[in-house]
Amino acid sequence: MDQKVMEKSMRKARKKAEVMQSECVACGSCANVCPREAIVIVHGVYAKVNEDLCIGCGKCKTACPASIIKLEVRDNEEY
Amino acid sequence: MKNTKKWYEYLWIFSSVYLVLGFVNILFAWIGMICFMLPLVISIMKGSKAYCNHYCGRGQLLDLLGNRFRLSRKKDIPPFIRSKWFRYGFLLFFLTMFGIMIYNTYLVFADVRELKEVVTLLWTFKLPWSWAYTIDIVNPWVAQFAFGFYSAMLTSTVLALITMVLFKPRSWCVYCPMGTMTQTICKIKSNGKLQ
Repeated sequence: MDQKVMEKSMRKARKKAEVMQSECVACGSCANVCPREAIVIVHGVYAKVNEDLCIGCGKCKTACPASIIKLEVRDNEEY
Repeated sequence: MKNTKKWYEYLWIFSSVYLVLGFVNILFAWIGMICFMLPLVISIMKGSKAYCNHYCGRGQLLDLLGNRFRLSRKKDIPPFIRSKWFRYGFLLFFLTMFGIMIYNTYLVFADVRELKEVVTLLWTFKLPWSWAYTIDIVNPWVAQFAFGFYSAMLTSTVLALITMVLFKPRSWCVYCPMGTMTQTICKIKSNGKLQ
């Protein structure tokens, strides 16, 4: 793999999506675009990300109409 | 990764056809009651927002126009729109307008007022719509409800399209009265189950 591509995917893998649950409208846009099916809508109230499945691609962040999903850097032990 | 499309991913066609049918014959507006009742039934019975998540044709249509047709600027929505006071305030306003529409229907039913063949856009602009009601085959109140209901549907579609262009494709979902209502029902139903 090309060094640049490798570095880019490594940088992404170090990230994870985080939802501001108190602001979530539970529309499901994030869950619909997640390539790993890592997001579920809990009881129709908010979206929840499965951190083990999340690859930090940021598709949910782009799709979220309320803009309440952020990409956070994983802690060292998580990564 | 999803490879095959499911049947409900084509519901944007239903929403588009619905809007067109309102221009042909206003009585088709009654079909829109499905979009009104189904989310409530699902949230009350199942305690989920499955309608918003999978079956909302309007959401799919906005997604299609904003992403596939690149009609959206894809900018962040102003934070006040997602605030609770705005969402619940808009829901209250929408329900009040809906109540007024029901009252107007009652006045026509009770022979107090005559049928008004107009569609009111954005609760202000009265558009002549008599060409979509040419044959009197139903009670006038049935037609009055259709005009009122289609006004609400067309108004919300226009608002949804404006915010789709200005912000992200599904910006309407943030302040959609049905979404706010079903989420509130889900919150009440799931009380205690959530962390």
